[in-house]
Amino acid sequence: MPIQEETIDKVNLATSKYKYGFTTNLAIDKAPKGLNEDIIKLISSKKEEPEWMLKWRLEAFEKWKRMKEPNWAKVNYPKIDFQDIYYYAAPKNTEKIKSLDEVDPELLKTYEKLGIPLKEQEVLAGVAVDAVFDSVSVVTTFRKKLAEKGVIFCPISEAIKDYPDLVKKYIGSVVPQHDNYFATLNCSVFTDGSFVYIPKGVKCPMELSTYFRINEKNTGQFERTLIIADEGSYVSYLEGCTAPQRDENQLHAAVVELVAHKNSEIKYSTVQNWYPGDKNGKGGIYNFVTKRGACLGDSSKISWTQVETGSAITWKYPSCVLHGDNSVGEFYSVAITNNMQQADTGTKMIHLGANTSSTIISKGISAGKSQNTYRGKVLMQPGASNARNFTQCDSLLIGDQCGAHTIPYITSKNPSSNIEHEATTSKISEDQLFYCLSRGLSEEEAVSLIVNGFCKEVMKELPMEFSVEAQKLIGISLEGSVG
Amino acid sequence: MNLLNINNLHASIGEEKILNGLSLKINPGETHAIMGPNGSGKSTLSYILSGKQDYNILNGSVTLKKKNLLDLNADERSRLGLFLAFQYPVELPGVTGMTFLRTIINSSRLSKGLPELDGIELVKLVKEKAANLNIPQEMLKRFVNVGFSGGEKKRFEILQMSLLEPSIAVLDETDSGLDVDALKIVGNGVNHFKNQDRGFLVITHYQRLLDYIIPDFVHIMVNGKIYESGGPDLAKQVEKEGYKRFIEDA
Repeated sequence: MPIQEETIDKVNLATSKYKYGFTTNLAIDKAPKGLNEDIIKLISSKKEEPEWMLKWRLEAFEKWKRMKEPNWAKVNYPKIDFQDIYYYAAPKNTEKIKSLDEVDPELLKTYEKLGIPLKEQEVLAGVAVDAVFDSVSVVTTFRKKLAEKGVIFCPISEAIKDYPDLVKKYIGSVVPQHDNYFATLNCSVFTDGSFVYIPKGVKCPMELSTYFRINEKNTGQFERTLIIADEGSYVSYLEGCTAPQRDENQLHAAVVELVAHKNSEIKYSTVQNWYPGDKNGKGGIYNFVTKRGACLGDSSKISWTQVETGSAITWKYPSCVLHGDNSVGEFYSVAITNNMQQADTGTKMIHLGANTSSTIISKGISAGKSQNTYRGKVLMQPGASNARNFTQCDSLLIGDQCGAHTIPYITSKNPSSNIEHEATTSKISEDQLFYCLSRGLSEEEAVSLIVNGFCKEVMKELPMEFSVEAQKLIGISLEGSVG
Repeated sequence: MNLLNINNLHASIGEEKILNGLSLKINPGETHAIMGPNGSGKSTLSYILSGKQDYNILNGSVTLKKKNLLDLNADERSRLGLFLAFQYPVELPGVTGMTFLRTIINSSRLSKGLPELDGIELVKLVKEKAANLNIPQEMLKRFVNVGFSGGEKKRFEILQMSLLEPSIAVLDETDSGLDVDALKIVGNGVNHFKNQDRGFLVITHYQRLLDYIIPDFVHIMVNGKIYESGGPDLAKQVEKEGYKRFIEDA
């Protein structure tokens, strides 16, 4: 793959300081461990960033050094040594596999269950794809179609160079530099992510998916995504993948910012299936994500849909700040935890404008010895006259060793606002399982059917192509949870 | 060849002995009725046959098509050709009738090495079978058994039976909760489904279901075993005299 050599070349050029660290020996592809100004400068210069971007990163780093890691979430994990992490690594040069025959059969079995086409399997499994997959032509057609409409969809590193005014204006405008420990860390060390701009009045002609973004490989650790919908526009963005994603980086701290102007709508869908660790909780990704959308304009709308099945630790609260009058925020979530997984996830709906409304539908499923927490905030500010919120939190327990927790924070500073909160907790009963089994379904099929029924209201919010895979994924992530 | 062969079956739940040496043979094409007073172990028999976990098998054997049924899990028994129409069908909130039927039909087809049915073929098949049972399409859009009337529940059970096409169907108190009209529909649905290869085991407290599903053999079950066997007349006799005689004799 040319990309690896290219990146290493760039790094070599970018800094004299680490020059001798990067020899032609492809095995050495990492900057030294630890976080300091030099590493941030390295990242910035590797990305050929303008001065203002580097300055912004360094500002964030100064703030981060004075911040404390939050500990309010209901998750337990060993202390992270932030100086023991690689913050810059070129794409891995491990021996490329030549065909699917060389891939772990377990992984292939999962792909098959998900119904992922063969060519996609090859991409996902890391087979040298240039020979078998004409992804370039797909991407080219795709980009051409978008360009016709004036839609910008590119890696954020490209946007920083090519659309500096847009990036400068919006980056950090929804999630400020000093927002929280992990977001601030991301500000200083983010390596890549997506940038989307939809011009006034344009309905984006297709679902935008990270799958089609070039330079996708190895950017997962500190991703940064910025999506701007200008007045009267619409975009649907899909993040992630139902196939299990392996990553050697244990800590993930992404930031996603959405900006919706007057009468625009952003629909953001995620399927997260990072490595959850083994049955005993060994390994697995720590996922600390900050996702927030600002409905700046009147009658704008932001809708988050997430299906969270992976990661050892999930810490994630996709939120909406409803500035514009009549703006709408939605959060639809399915969070599944099995074995030793821990998820603390939910949303924040901050109502500022008049007649704003928000809907929260959260479905938590816990199995094994896992802990699953819904944490949600609904805040009605004084200006939010006649604002409405409806929240429904349902928990489903499988087995008797897991936990489900619901922690709502509800504040109203406005007498005309209306807030509803409903919550239920239920269990998959032996009788339900037996009924399904007596019809010939395996235990796995039965659990999948019942759980998908439980999640129905959320699943129907997913775009079609995601939804079918996500339904299968739900079954797979709960494998072995019964009996 | 016997289709189903229950031989000297003893079973308990916890400390309580429920089946005490029950034996029964069903041949292809035959319909057997088991009648008995409350607490005689009728429903337990149906659960044990279909593989519910709560029971201890103390002695005896059950074979279906010469395979040892008691070695199989509930789902394997179903795939082998056993069907239980539940006395109390279970609610599955969030799972629509159509989704449920699609899942069980395609799972069953795959296990037989047949291709899955696509949406259109499936709807056509279900529609045809549902019409025989007076099941409107709207009912299949509702969640399985949630808010169903007694009659709707039982009709939905029979619909599943006609779609899964089992070799042997156990109907557990299918008449309970049915008015005469519903009884007629269910009875017709079952009769429609009878053929020379299939066996039926109809478990009932009352004779009235047997006016619609005519059995070849009637067995009276008391204290966990067959006390007396006979033809349809035996059921009529029970209807007239009650179970008193059998209980006292036993």
